[in-house]
Amino acid sequence: MNVKHIQTTVEDHQVAKLAAFAIALHMIEAVIPSPLPGVKPGIANIITLFVLYRYGFATAAWVSILRVFASSLLLGQFLSPAFSLSLGGAVVSLVVLWLAAHLPSRHFGPVSLSILAAFGHIAGQLIIVRLWLIPHAGISYLIPIFATAALFFGLINGLITAKLINVKPSNN
Amino acid sequence: MCNFLRLNNQLTKYLRLGDSILILMSIIGIIWLFNTLWSNEQAAKVQIRQGEKIIGTYSLNQAREVQVKGPIGVNTIHISNGRARFSKSPCHNQYCVHQGWLNRAGQAAICLPNQISLELIGETKPYDSLNY
Repeated sequence: MNVKHIQTTVEDHQVAKLAAFAIALHMIEAVIPSPLPGVKPGIANIITLFVLYRYGFATAAWVSILRVFASSLLLGQFLSPAFSLSLGGAVVSLVVLWLAAHLPSRHFGPVSLSILAAFGHIAGQLIIVRLWLIPHAGISYLIPIFATAALFFGLINGLITAKLINVKPSNN
Repeated sequence: MCNFLRLNNQLTKYLRLGDSILILMSIIGIIWLFNTLWSNEQAAKVQIRQGEKIIGTYSLNQAREVQVKGPIGVNTIHISNGRARFSKSPCHNQYCVHQGWLNRAGQAAICLPNQISLELIGETKPYDSLNY
């Protein structure tokens, strides 16, 4: 019998470990009640940003996408509308982060990236809502609320990320 | 006070110039969004479209029923008391009917299967200046 062995590298383990952190934060957030569906702190994005700063964009993208897939499996939402919203938000926010990473870092720190990523998140989700879930104009009414929440939580997550990346890396 | 100063010090440490500019611009953008999307202006007219062409523009002050024919049948649009709605539609999902009454400028209802849309228009043009 042929057993296929998958060789894992140190980086793979690193990605898995970081994704596990992000999944844990996603789970915590899933039990926090939200006043409006779609308005969430998005604390798992702290991990994405942190990884972006420490390990680069490719690792951050891996961690973010793994987090979306694994969390939806754990919450029993895989391939449901909630999953597609989550994935849409994550993908657009990664594209935004990829672009934003080219901003001069002397002036634009993690707070900027976090806010832009949060806007990317709601943009991605609204695109999915508009194209697929609620195909009429009524949703535009909620856009200002989503944008306000994105700015607020993006700012807070960005400040937390800024604090985290200022901590010296430990050896484990 | 000391705590506040320390917090302020930390904030300036983590907020760079570009960050502050971005936050300011975001706030301006959000205010703009609120202004444009949350218009509380009462609508004056309703414009009905079928596909590419405008079927008609009706005043919301006059109660009437408009029937518009589309590819899958006839939609009935009800206008009364400054409001408009789809009251009957041959479409399967009935999204348009469930949207109910519209009364603010900028609101819209669309019946996608029948390609009919309602759009409420406010009194944006200064008609009065023409009269005087």
